[in-house]
Amino acid sequence: MAKYVLEMQGINKSFGVPVLKDVDFKLKKGEVHALIGGNGAGKSTLMKIMTGVYTKDAGRILVEGSEKNIRNTHDARKYGIGMIFQELSLVQTMTVAENIYLGDEVVVNGFRDAKFMNRQAKEVLEELGIEVDPQTKVDSLSVGLSQMVEISKAVAKDAKILVFDEPTASLSEAETRQLFKMIEELKEKGVSIVYISHRMSEIMEIADSLTVLRDGAVVHTGAIADIDLDGIITHMIGGAANKKFDWVERKYDEKGEDILTVEHLRVNEKISDISFSLKKGEILGFAGLMGSGRTEILETLFGLTKKQAGSIKLKGKELNLKSTKDAVREGLALIPEDRRKKGLVLIHSLKANAILPIVGKLRTKGIFIDEKRANKLAEDNVRELNVRTDGIHKRINLLSGGNQQKIVIAKWLNVHPEVMMLDEPTAGVDVGAKAEIIDLIRGFADTGKGVLFVSSELTELMAVCDRIIVLYDGKITGELNRRDMNTEVELQHAIQQK
Amino acid sequence: MQFNKSKKNIEWDKYMVYIIFVAVFILFAIILGDEGFLNPNNLINILRQTAMISIMAVAGTFVMAAGQIDLTVGSITAMTAMFVSLVIQSTNSILLAILVGLGFGCGVGFINGILVTKLKLPAFLATLGMMQIVRGGAMWITDTAAVPIANTTFNKVFGIGDVMGIPVLVLWTILFYIVGVLLFNKTAFGRHTLATGGNEMSAIYSGIKTARVKIIAFTMSGAFAAFAGMMYAGRMQAGRYSYGEGDEMSVIASVVLGGTSMAGGTGSVVGALFGSILMGILNNALILAGLSSAQQTMVKGAIIIVAVAISNLTQRKKNN
Repeated sequence: MAKYVLEMQGINKSFGVPVLKDVDFKLKKGEVHALIGGNGAGKSTLMKIMTGVYTKDAGRILVEGSEKNIRNTHDARKYGIGMIFQELSLVQTMTVAENIYLGDEVVVNGFRDAKFMNRQAKEVLEELGIEVDPQTKVDSLSVGLSQMVEISKAVAKDAKILVFDEPTASLSEAETRQLFKMIEELKEKGVSIVYISHRMSEIMEIADSLTVLRDGAVVHTGAIADIDLDGIITHMIGGAANKKFDWVERKYDEKGEDILTVEHLRVNEKISDISFSLKKGEILGFAGLMGSGRTEILETLFGLTKKQAGSIKLKGKELNLKSTKDAVREGLALIPEDRRKKGLVLIHSLKANAILPIVGKLRTKGIFIDEKRANKLAEDNVRELNVRTDGIHKRINLLSGGNQQKIVIAKWLNVHPEVMMLDEPTAGVDVGAKAEIIDLIRGFADTGKGVLFVSSELTELMAVCDRIIVLYDGKITGELNRRDMNTEVELQHAIQQK
Repeated sequence: MQFNKSKKNIEWDKYMVYIIFVAVFILFAIILGDEGFLNPNNLINILRQTAMISIMAVAGTFVMAAGQIDLTVGSITAMTAMFVSLVIQSTNSILLAILVGLGFGCGVGFINGILVTKLKLPAFLATLGMMQIVRGGAMWITDTAAVPIANTTFNKVFGIGDVMGIPVLVLWTILFYIVGVLLFNKTAFGRHTLATGGNEMSAIYSGIKTARVKIIAFTMSGAFAAFAGMMYAGRMQAGRYSYGEGDEMSVIASVVLGGTSMAGGTGSVVGALFGSILMGILNNALILAGLSSAQQTMVKGAIIIVAVAISNLTQRKKNN
């Protein structure tokens, strides 16, 4: 009997740039092993190699002591490695039992034995303490319950190793408790669990051991009992905190008038009583874990979701936003989280994207688009934002991520908003472009406008923001003035609620 | 910890077709009772007239449950009828005619499947193109001339015969529905089809070869359409290039009326049968009510819009 149920030795992977460097990862039978690291540390890449989504460039993978070649997800399944996805991967239109046995139906004489499968599914569900009728359609289940069903599916397929990627992000407190109970039961059955989360309190509670990744390399591995929260954060951030982006103290009238005032805003049951104000010329950051409500708040301020209660005032005027058009007209702009899906029309040209929000205003005297003005505007954008491209008619998806993002920002600068909201604006952007984008944001705020800035990269929040509001599970739990902060560790503590 | 157990909410979209069916039937029974709507001969007639659409709707349910669409079925009926009548004319072999007919249908369906899964064409465009090719072929093969079928056995078995007073067209329909219901509801393939249309990623991660599922569904659709083509040939005792014109739309309307979502993931074979008979009843009633064929065509179009609207509305309700 091998000591480890799974061993990954000297794993290397590169996508042009090295993402994993000689990573060792060892998983014992029946343990919960936390995998920790900042964004881009390599956690997901390592797990994708383990589950067969990516293949490794170099290294060995041993399952129960013998080397295995995992080329695709089928291989991983064969060796009992399963993954619980962040985005649930059940077929909504089918029943719980049908989902659990999807692809492995029990067939007698060519026909499915539905009775048998329902009975078996019921047993699996009961064993894991899940109260749900196997004949219920999945689309009538809550998110939490769907996730439980997904776990049951993996268990029914005899998974020996389960990877959980931020499993509690969309769960309520009660559902999280239920999930932890389930994880305990899985451990007793001898299932090993890799648990990825940014929530340290959960990790301290549920994990037996941990591995910390930073910049694609293992910086610490050991038992949870031998480390405390400070230790973990120190490993994550590293001895010398990232100096690439230094904070620049900005001048704005801190006693001046509010440009945006939000009072007791209620987005949904979870995200409520959100109150804050933004001064002219200020950059206000929102920090929090996944699922803390940052994106939802911005989307409500942009008219994408209707607020349930509370007030939003822009320059003293009460706003009642019914659509994004209302929001744009009032002077709000949102640089969305997913640039490729929500920020750009990828198959259109740079110019078409840059002028999209104001194309209705770029008219000649008649009904036609004033191409001269449109071209000039797009050319100005390219020059002023230093976009690297062959020309304004180039298809936007041929540009690099950083240059694409500059066009998303340009498109909203062209509208001349009062308040610009940015949701993870530097995700998937190279370091050079990152610095330029940060300068752009500062420049915009310097003209007396307001900026709301959401980022999961603490270095970045620390570099750009004048003030940072901390969110946890849909509530504001703290507010930090940048001037009073010394290190990223303070911010990390605030986010973790410790 | 207690999760709220899901309420047993009635899925209206599933039963919509039966409710509309009963309502429409009663309505016409009252209004058109004197015109002979309830006459057993008239009712049997409706079933006979809708047999081809009904049979194609069985396979159509599989295609649409997998999130696809097949526009070739109408033209396949015409081309198959041409092939079958030409084979019988030259060899008088029913077996050979059936093999050629079904082989042709399977072939077109298989090509549709390959175009969609390997060349990644959208099903709408792939089958739109194939529809034109096949229809054109049916016109070209005899330069639009009809080919009579002199073999009375063939005509009886596939079109005009009856067993103990029940028309063979109705018997074939029943047989195909038994096979379809079993395949859809009772086999693993049925679930794989629904999963492919419901959440393809999830199906792939569950170890299902979704490309193969789609190819099989298209091939089945082609084969069923070929069978319907033989029924047209037997019933009319001839092959004609114009058979089945617009049938693809009637099939889609029947399937959607029957509770299958255009987006895939849900479906009901029995629902499709009621959908197609419902369309047949409407057709029949419109004729009895004295509407012209132009007016009938307009009403048919309206039915398709209503059917898709119902499908969308119930779908939207679910997303809330």
